[in-house]
Amino acid sequence: MVVALILLLVAVGSVLFHIYSPWWWTPIATNWSYIDHTISITFWITGFVFFAVIAFMAYCVFRFHHKEGRQAAYNPENKKLEWWLTIGTAIGVGAMLAPGLVVWHQFITVPADATDIEVMGQQWQWSYRLPGKDGRMGTTDVRNISPENPMGLKRDDPHGQDDVVIENGDLHLPVGKSVKVLLRSVDVLHNFYVPEFRAKMDMVPGMVTYFWMTPIRTGTFDVLCAELCGSAHAQMRSKVIVEEESKYHAWLEKQQTFAELSRRNAVMKATYKSGGR
Amino acid sequence: MVDVPYDAVTDVPPAEVPEVDLYHPKSWWTQYVFSQDAKVIAIQYSLTATAIGLVALVLSWLMRLQLGFPGTFSFIDANQYLQFITMHGMIMVIYLLTALFLGGFGNYLIPLMVGARDMVFPYVNMLSYWIYLLAVIVLASTFFVPGGPTGAGWTLYPPQAILSGTPGQDWGIILMLASLILFIIGFTMGGLNYVVTVLQARTRGMTLMRMPLTVWGIFTATVMALLAFPALFVASVMMLFDRLLGTSFFMPALVEMGQQMKYGGGSPILFQHLFWFFGHPEVYIVALPAFGIVSDLISVHARKNIFGYRMMVWAIVGIGALSFVVWAHHMYVSGMHPKFGFFFATTTLIIAIPTAIKVYNWVLTLWRGDIHLTVPMLFALGFIITFVNGGLTGLFLGNVVVDVPLSDTMFVVAHFHMVMGVAPIMVVLGAIYHWYPKVTGRMLDDWMGKFHFWVTFLGAYLIFFPMHYIGLLGVPRRYHDVGEAAFIPSSTHTLNAFITVMALTVGFAQMVFLFNLVWSYFKGRPSGGNPWRATTLEWQTPETPPGHGNWGKELPVVYRWAYDYSVPGAAQDFIPQNQPRATPALQGAAP
Amino acid sequence: MSAIVLFMAVIAIIAGWWLSQQRLMSKPWLEEGPIGNYPGTGAATWPAAKIGLGVFLAVAGSLFALFISAYSMRMVMVDWRTMPVPGLLWFNTGVLVVSSVALQWAYVAARRDDMGNVIIGLCAGGASAITFLIGQLLAWQQLRAAGYFVASNPANSFFYMITAAHGLHLMGGLVALGRTTARVWRGAEMAQVRLSVELCAIYWHFLLLVWLVLLGLLTGWTDEFVDICRRLLT
Repeated sequence: MVVALILLLVAVGSVLFHIYSPWWWTPIATNWSYIDHTISITFWITGFVFFAVIAFMAYCVFRFHHKEGRQAAYNPENKKLEWWLTIGTAIGVGAMLAPGLVVWHQFITVPADATDIEVMGQQWQWSYRLPGKDGRMGTTDVRNISPENPMGLKRDDPHGQDDVVIENGDLHLPVGKSVKVLLRSVDVLHNFYVPEFRAKMDMVPGMVTYFWMTPIRTGTFDVLCAELCGSAHAQMRSKVIVEEESKYHAWLEKQQTFAELSRRNAVMKATYKSGGR
Repeated sequence: MVDVPYDAVTDVPPAEVPEVDLYHPKSWWTQYVFSQDAKVIAIQYSLTATAIGLVALVLSWLMRLQLGFPGTFSFIDANQYLQFITMHGMIMVIYLLTALFLGGFGNYLIPLMVGARDMVFPYVNMLSYWIYLLAVIVLASTFFVPGGPTGAGWTLYPPQAILSGTPGQDWGIILMLASLILFIIGFTMGGLNYVVTVLQARTRGMTLMRMPLTVWGIFTATVMALLAFPALFVASVMMLFDRLLGTSFFMPALVEMGQQMKYGGGSPILFQHLFWFFGHPEVYIVALPAFGIVSDLISVHARKNIFGYRMMVWAIVGIGALSFVVWAHHMYVSGMHPKFGFFFATTTLIIAIPTAIKVYNWVLTLWRGDIHLTVPMLFALGFIITFVNGGLTGLFLGNVVVDVPLSDTMFVVAHFHMVMGVAPIMVVLGAIYHWYPKVTGRMLDDWMGKFHFWVTFLGAYLIFFPMHYIGLLGVPRRYHDVGEAAFIPSSTHTLNAFITVMALTVGFAQMVFLFNLVWSYFKGRPSGGNPWRATTLEWQTPETPPGHGNWGKELPVVYRWAYDYSVPGAAQDFIPQNQPRATPALQGAAP
Repeated sequence: MSAIVLFMAVIAIIAGWWLSQQRLMSKPWLEEGPIGNYPGTGAATWPAAKIGLGVFLAVAGSLFALFISAYSMRMVMVDWRTMPVPGLLWFNTGVLVVSSVALQWAYVAARRDDMGNVIIGLCAGGASAITFLIGQLLAWQQLRAAGYFVASNPANSFFYMITAAHGLHLMGGLVALGRTTARVWRGAEMAQVRLSVELCAIYWHFLLLVWLVLLGLLTGWTDEFVDICRRLLT
């Protein structure tokens, strides 16, 4: 029967495509391999159900398609069978849900030793802020944002003065150190998305969202925006460079703090006003 | 099956239901244009939905051309791409699928299947269509206003939906919101009709448990829609206030393109809650009628009662109720309180259980059936495959932590197209092949139908199945051009081009279908009243197509459930619902 | 979203109760024959318009529950400044109560076939409803004059939006009431208008109930109640 064969081929083809697909998740770069494992479990369970249902259907079409004189069986229901199927399904669902919830619990429980860093999205660029020597970040307010103060830090907050501000640049992170990524937006929704990190979260203007992770390998990773943010959504790119601690500190030394930036801006402004002399 | 002895069944006198006060058309205008006949309104709904749906189909081609061959078509820029996805999504979900299932199939089938003469409020029903038409016109007009239609994505998330970084910020978004508000008003008028007709106008003997699952599906979906659409209504009104009057319901303090805006304090997440409180039930508003219809298609064409009818009914009701407490699974990465994740992941995965039962019962209905591989049956089989596929990928996205890497990637696009795009469309098409003979009195051409099925089914599967893997790779959705990114291998572009070719092919097959609809209307084989030998009431009308008032002088009386196929000992392999006696010798005994 | 979830729970209980009467556990394939053996499982015997109104009230209730949900989620944000409630609202509330009572009067009269009192009830109800609407407009005027503009604070925005939504519903009701009154005026028989009068009265009571809830919300009385709900549900 051609129809039954094609239906079966769809099921077999899907499984083969899955096995041989050259398109697969990117090599992971953080501690979130738990998420990958949960996806794998889900693939096994759903794959089994998918194949079983389609193959059974194909068999029915093959075995019971209309022939002269065939009469269908009369069978309104079968309580026992339905109960077993329900119980089986519930077990399968539980087997996916339980690990999912366990990993979610880890996902939202930030370890105490995680360093805060801040990512700020705006149309259509990324800015980053790292705590300075005091290890704490200053407070911010959207209302403070101006060309001289692109991230809206509060000028009178002493914690903010030594914050490292990277406007529209690349982010460097030390490998093996947990970070809590604080996410902020000044205009519309954005989403700080690095496929290799697995973790992501929307950035919502008016509030600070977060996720945490521990980079486990060095490399340079693309940052994309994963929440529609207007015309240049697709061009909103940046890079995250995960590197050894020594290299990271060498890079960090070269970055400007908020205080330095403000001073430079003030000097530039003064120069401009005085006609460049 | 308990054989009811002949003596035990006494004939019921013809319905004592009084002649419904039907409005009888007096002119050509009131018969075909401003008609109050549910059947005419159904056709008006269907044609309008199909027309605007074709616009959305063309938009999908343009999108695919851009994605498959980025940079080749200079007439599609980033802004237009965003406008295309927005309009495509909005039209397909609301103006096509919702309108077609409830306004189209609901209007046609409910009165016929429950044995009523018409909807209970025909005038309101007519108004419902005309307001829907107005909503469609307002929506379509955004293509021609300055700035074009909105490009905010069909979810219309603020703040970007009403800020200048998004195309269509001036007129597009305002008209879109106005059109949605109109649609909801129009739908509420229609929805009241569908619900009250099922509650109040069922003919004698038509208990709830004797209703075909089609009616159950449409009825439950309508109840849900009536309760869920107000959420979209409230969200739209509030966003219009934000856009036009400068209020800050959803708008926090923000800096746009270096300018401080006047807004302050609002919550974008509030909009998302309102939107998805409507948006998730909406998925089932489209799915439940499809579940119901496909149950009937499978049962009729496999000549076998639907397996586990009671379980099917409970599952429909259960899914309908549960779907109101899962909305935030669309918001796992929205920044809402992370603890919500536990609750919504659990409710979402629980919904999988009644849904799975339905799938099992469909395939178990095939078991030991007498499967006629007609075109409607083929579409039903296609539905099962695509729905199982899309439903199972839903278990990925519903499970909160698995959703984190996959959300906002092409995986999501592939998932929802499979489960609420392709699968319901399979049912729509199968249902058209199934009921076209009742609507026109002629059969659709079988050869064209089979061609249409295979190209549509295999093509759509080849579009959306591989697309999951592009998403698994990490390609985000709503990108007009993914551009340079180290993690994307060049083979992805080949796959994208392939998907585009398939999309155009599937689109072409729909033209064959449209031709078939027109051609068969004039040249199709006459079908007679009951070509599929089905039991339900709509096939037992005295005339085909059914006349005004559906039933001639007397309403039918129902004696049995809707699925008496292949009853042991019966003369035929089906017993119509309005046939009093099952005992074969007496009624089969021709002279 | 606690208000709307609560509302949905109430709807679910009503629907569940009704479904439980419909023999959903029966095995329909065993029950061949006329359905007279199972009374109460056929179509509802209420008039369609009454059921239709009931369903519509569920829709409108859902709408207002959603407004309330949005209100309670927005009011916890820092920029919320509660607005003083104009004293006029208390007068308006009284007028709306009178309106509801008048329609109830008309309904009772309709049941007793007392056409004179029906007309009095309908006219009094309509006039007081119109007075209510005018009063609401005046309240808007007073607030505007006092500098409480629609966009100056979310509390104000909600006030204008929710009172407008309620007023529009009342205006819709006035159309139906006007049609009923016109029919009575033209000398329709009592049997023809009894149902219309009853439906108007039901709708008015519903709108009065909604208004009382909204008033509690706008004056802040329900704050504590909302707080309790939120704690229960999150």
